[in-house]
Amino acid sequence: MKIKQINGEFAQVETGKLTRTINIAMLPQAKVGDYCLVHAGFAIQRIAPDKAKETLSLIDEIR
Amino acid sequence: MKYVDEFRNLGLAKKLAEKIRQIMPSEKINLMEVCGTHTQNFCRFGLDKLLPENLSLISGPGCPVCVSPSEYIDTAIEISKNKDVLMLTFGDMLRIPGNKSSLEKERAKSSDVRMVYSPLETINLAKKNPQKKVVFLAVGFETTAPAIALSILQAKKEKLKNLYFYTCLKLIPPAMFFLLQDKRLRLNGFLCPGHVSAIIGTKPYEFIPQGFGVGCCVSGFEPLDILEGIYFLLKQIVEKKPRVENQYLRVVTRQGNLEAQKIMRQVFLVEDSIWRSLGKIPQSGLKIRSEFSQFDAQKEFPFKRKISNVKRTTKCKCGDILKGLISPLGCPLFSRICSPEQPVGPCMVSKEGACNAYYRYH
Repeated sequence: MKIKQINGEFAQVETGKLTRTINIAMLPQAKVGDYCLVHAGFAIQRIAPDKAKETLSLIDEIR
Repeated sequence: MKYVDEFRNLGLAKKLAEKIRQIMPSEKINLMEVCGTHTQNFCRFGLDKLLPENLSLISGPGCPVCVSPSEYIDTAIEISKNKDVLMLTFGDMLRIPGNKSSLEKERAKSSDVRMVYSPLETINLAKKNPQKKVVFLAVGFETTAPAIALSILQAKKEKLKNLYFYTCLKLIPPAMFFLLQDKRLRLNGFLCPGHVSAIIGTKPYEFIPQGFGVGCCVSGFEPLDILEGIYFLLKQIVEKKPRVENQYLRVVTRQGNLEAQKIMRQVFLVEDSIWRSLGKIPQSGLKIRSEFSQFDAQKEFPFKRKISNVKRTTKCKCGDILKGLISPLGCPLFSRICSPEQPVGPCMVSKEGACNAYYRYH
């Protein structure tokens, strides 16, 4: 889910057309624009875009 | 959806499946996935149809509500019968059978049992219902435990006097250690849970290749993640180099989420814990520290978790399924007597349960 707005320990996140409020206390470094993994209303980890790309290119390279 | 659609690319999935077939050894290979979401997505996306016949993916004890002991449900039911109690639970817990009843059946009688999506909702519901003792059934693995811990910290901050957590929180690596000692399970590798690992990192699995010579790969949940995780594990087996690999690079690091781990340590202590069908596993559960005992349901509602004398006379094989000894298809009740509409055992109730996933997608 993509973080749209941060308000203290809470953030507005968006996925598709859905907007939700989640708790981001476990991700003190979270910034607007980050994608994060959400579990039971809490962001549990930031999604690293460069690593996502790396995984896809690794899959593509498996020969 | 970003970070989802690209990991469902059919062309790449077929290519990966082909690579798996090319490196697949001729002998039988057993891999265990220790996460209910892996089980569910493996069935949901039909990945079993893409894989060689001598490769088995065995479901482990990776569904939190399935491993909650029936005595835990029995006690929760007893608490819910108090007229001044408002019981809150994740949806899956409602239909899990205890020894005599389920929370859903008790709710139909008179208990006030409500479903919540997030532990944070407990705070608002406690504030809105000051005349009630609000009890939350805090069930889950390392993924959920920090969320519960944060809710307890919030309850303390807001000086709530009517909110209690009845915990049944469990830790995955000690359960894996427990399973590795069962010689009946001939495991060649573990597909490790992605979201648990987002919190704990990959380091806690390192004893597995080092001590048992069994490889591990932390994997995400989309089809390409699962297939690549299987590919990595097979490569380890072929090369005879068991190690901990991380396929879920975009979310998991070696150290995990240090902030979440700190929050968990602040609120919980590690203790021995009883898992349904597996029994007591040393140092595999979490209990609330004494500093937060005012929120511990076990202090507010003094009861003993007793092992019930009522033996459920059923041929339900959830125990063997949770240990990975048989597949759901090997249970005599599966789809004949036991179905998601009329579940006999916990593995058929939860969407993360192996029987539920096999029933819906096989």
